[in-house]
Amino acid sequence: MRIEPNLVSRLLLSSRAKRGICSSPPSKKVTDSSSLTLLGMTVFVLRRSAQLIAVTLAVFALLGAGDESARVNDLGHRMMCVCGCNQILLECNHVGCAYSERMRSELIAAVDRGDNDDLTLQGFVQKYGTTVMAAPTKTGFNRVAWIMPYLVLVLGLAMVTLIVRAWRSRPLVLPAGAVAAVHGAELEHFRDQARKETEI
Amino acid sequence: MSQIGSFALLLGLALCAYSFLAGLLALVIKGPGSGRLGETGRRAGIASFAVVFLAAVVLVVAAFQNDFSIAYIFHHSNRDLPAPYKFATLWSGQEGSLLFWALLLSAYGLVLRLRYKTDVRLFAYASVIIAAVQVFFLLLLNFAANPFGVMQGSLPADGNGLNPLLQYPEMVIHPPMLYLGYVGFTVPFAFALAALIMRYPGEKWIQITRRWTMVTWGFLTCGVFLGAHWAYSVLGWGGYWGWDPVENASLMPWLTGTAFLHSVMMQEKRGMLKTWNMWLIFSTFMLSIFGTFLTRSGVVSSVHAFAQSSIGDWFVAFLAIIFATCLFFYVKNHSHLRTEHKLESLISRESSFLFNNLLLLVACFTVLWGTLFPVLSEWVQGTKVTVGPPFFNRVNVPVALLLLLLTAVGPLLAWRRTSVESLKRNFLWPAIGALGTGVLLVALGMRPWTDVSYFYSLMTIMLSVLVALTVISEFVRGGRVIGRHTGQNLFASMVQLAHRNTRRYGGYIVHFGVIVIMIGFAGSVFNQDKEQEMGFGDKMTIGPYTLVCQSYTQDDNPNYGSEWAVMNVFKGGKQIATLNPERRFYKASQQTSTMVANRSTPQEDLYVVYEGQNPETGKPIIKVHLNPLVMWIWIGVWIIIAGTVVALIPNAAPVRVPAPARMRAEPVGAGD
Repeated sequence: MRIEPNLVSRLLLSSRAKRGICSSPPSKKVTDSSSLTLLGMTVFVLRRSAQLIAVTLAVFALLGAGDESARVNDLGHRMMCVCGCNQILLECNHVGCAYSERMRSELIAAVDRGDNDDLTLQGFVQKYGTTVMAAPTKTGFNRVAWIMPYLVLVLGLAMVTLIVRAWRSRPLVLPAGAVAAVHGAELEHFRDQARKETEI
Repeated sequence: MSQIGSFALLLGLALCAYSFLAGLLALVIKGPGSGRLGETGRRAGIASFAVVFLAAVVLVVAAFQNDFSIAYIFHHSNRDLPAPYKFATLWSGQEGSLLFWALLLSAYGLVLRLRYKTDVRLFAYASVIIAAVQVFFLLLLNFAANPFGVMQGSLPADGNGLNPLLQYPEMVIHPPMLYLGYVGFTVPFAFALAALIMRYPGEKWIQITRRWTMVTWGFLTCGVFLGAHWAYSVLGWGGYWGWDPVENASLMPWLTGTAFLHSVMMQEKRGMLKTWNMWLIFSTFMLSIFGTFLTRSGVVSSVHAFAQSSIGDWFVAFLAIIFATCLFFYVKNHSHLRTEHKLESLISRESSFLFNNLLLLVACFTVLWGTLFPVLSEWVQGTKVTVGPPFFNRVNVPVALLLLLLTAVGPLLAWRRTSVESLKRNFLWPAIGALGTGVLLVALGMRPWTDVSYFYSLMTIMLSVLVALTVISEFVRGGRVIGRHTGQNLFASMVQLAHRNTRRYGGYIVHFGVIVIMIGFAGSVFNQDKEQEMGFGDKMTIGPYTLVCQSYTQDDNPNYGSEWAVMNVFKGGKQIATLNPERRFYKASQQTSTMVANRSTPQEDLYVVYEGQNPETGKPIIKVHLNPLVMWIWIGVWIIIAGTVVALIPNAAPVRVPAPARMRAEPVGAGD
């Protein structure tokens, strides 16, 4: 996986710039009027709260910035290289591949811009077609792809349960006079059966 | 040369057609001459091996003689191709690999027809069915994909050469192994269908079928993992399994074959699941044919694009005929497949096999569904979608984990019924061991709650430990009992134990191999990779390793030119290896290929790829992968092979135990 080394630092700078704009204190006249004290207190609390929220958001933004490479890694593994190699985008290893280099750059740029996952993937689908996605989406007919294996599992479980029930309720067929002592070929048959089931 | 080959194929077709018709008439028409007619059919089947073998030899000789008048040789060989790859030309293209199919099928048919005295009538039916399959492949070879087609126009001076990806030592053994697996399933299929058609009395056919299936399954396992190892060593993307349609094609019959090897025991021991087993074998064979169809037809896009053509229709028709035939005889004779016994308890070996089969078939269905969904999607909504690794991993990994759990629990269950106390007693220590391993891994820094892949990895390791401990406890418990009676040491006792019931203990060894492989897979979660342009003296650090580029060298030989890097590898400041990742340029085909340099240890693989040169800077690009635990995958395969061989060894003579009136027998080596 090739990620621009300055990606994270640029994201950090961008976050800091946004924070700077949000937290620049507005000029304000201070009055000592007691009637305004309550209002002033309220404004003060609101302002502090806003600053706190802004700082919190900035902290989250900064924390998120550290995950950008993980996002690129995750999104790059959810897409295929479209050159026809049938490989995951970040695993395509063809030097000079006409697609993978460009697609990786576009992915990094999208993450750099702050596009969310859906927007980024949608952009790729629009540009390269639905085959760019490494797995079917969970919309429309594509949902069937995901549902079917689980449906088969559930139906299979139901079938096994029915079979088990049917087998358990089946009457045990006992030969007439089974309680009596058996001899000869019949005894040998039972011995064979016991041997098969235990192999002692 | 081409005339000899073509004639051999035509003669092969005539012999197989005669073998089929004469054998069929001999079975249908009861008369004084039917025995002799059947015998001529059997001999014609045997002779078909000789002529198909002759055709294959002619093609290989043509490759060695650079006979480019044969189009197949022109397209898949060249003068400077090394000798082993000239031999591999036989299966490196479509027509040749179909000839190889026919050759292996006739070889299996030969063995079956020579061993006919085991059960004359059953083998006669099976021989007819195999002859029918042979006829199909020889029809293809004669009329749709003839390997002896001649070049039009002037004779070319040299051939196009073999696909560079195939010029790797494993490609000389991977396809034969895989084909032995695919083709081999024809034999159990033939026996199963024969037994159904003739309403075979008794279970002898299933014993014969099981042994054939085990051999075939062993070959297929080798073939699948040799393919994985080839992909790992040649494709240079750092992985061994990409859920490519052709990889999937080999996995599907392996999964149903595995299911059959388990469920067939229920038929042998308890007379249950007869219909199920019949259809499992039918499905396995049909999936083998379907796999060949996928490889050959180009219906789905695949990296194995070197063998696409329009012969898919032939395979579709053949699959339809097989299905119709199986269905017809099943409907006609299904009353013969009634279950003999009832299920006595849910906590029993029988129910564990039922769930095992269910999970294996769900996994198989998922692979089939995912492989075909792009085609279905295009048909329904007009747009093709990709179904790649994220889909298969998300669905199949949980199924594989459940299978691992069953692998741990199953052997502890007895046939008919198991008491909860007994299960608790046998399961307690392995469960504690598995939980302890989980706690230890978390203490060592594994964080399963941070990512689902870590969770799966942890569960895989824990369940693998659980299986390993149950297998070991089974060996030790049985060995101790034998040791008490014979005075042998524990190891000798365990060997004797395994020899007494080779199938059971061979199976346990196979299970052990499977968990070793699973541990290898679990390591993939911790893979790392790094890519860098590296000039002389440049360094790259990944994990505990530092790679220093020492130099770059070029070489040239008649087949290819190559560039490779000389990379010194340091660990803890000490040089531990020199690796030479290489990139080749094959002259005949004008294609490039990577030769990965891999330093493999039980802990991790340091996998170095020389990707080529940056066209802008002219600097070589080196990609390094650090892949933990991969070596265990290949070790696990060797263990599986060993287990399969053990399972095929006949049991030692059963121990005759005098039976006093109220003897308390200890279940040593009991059941499967």
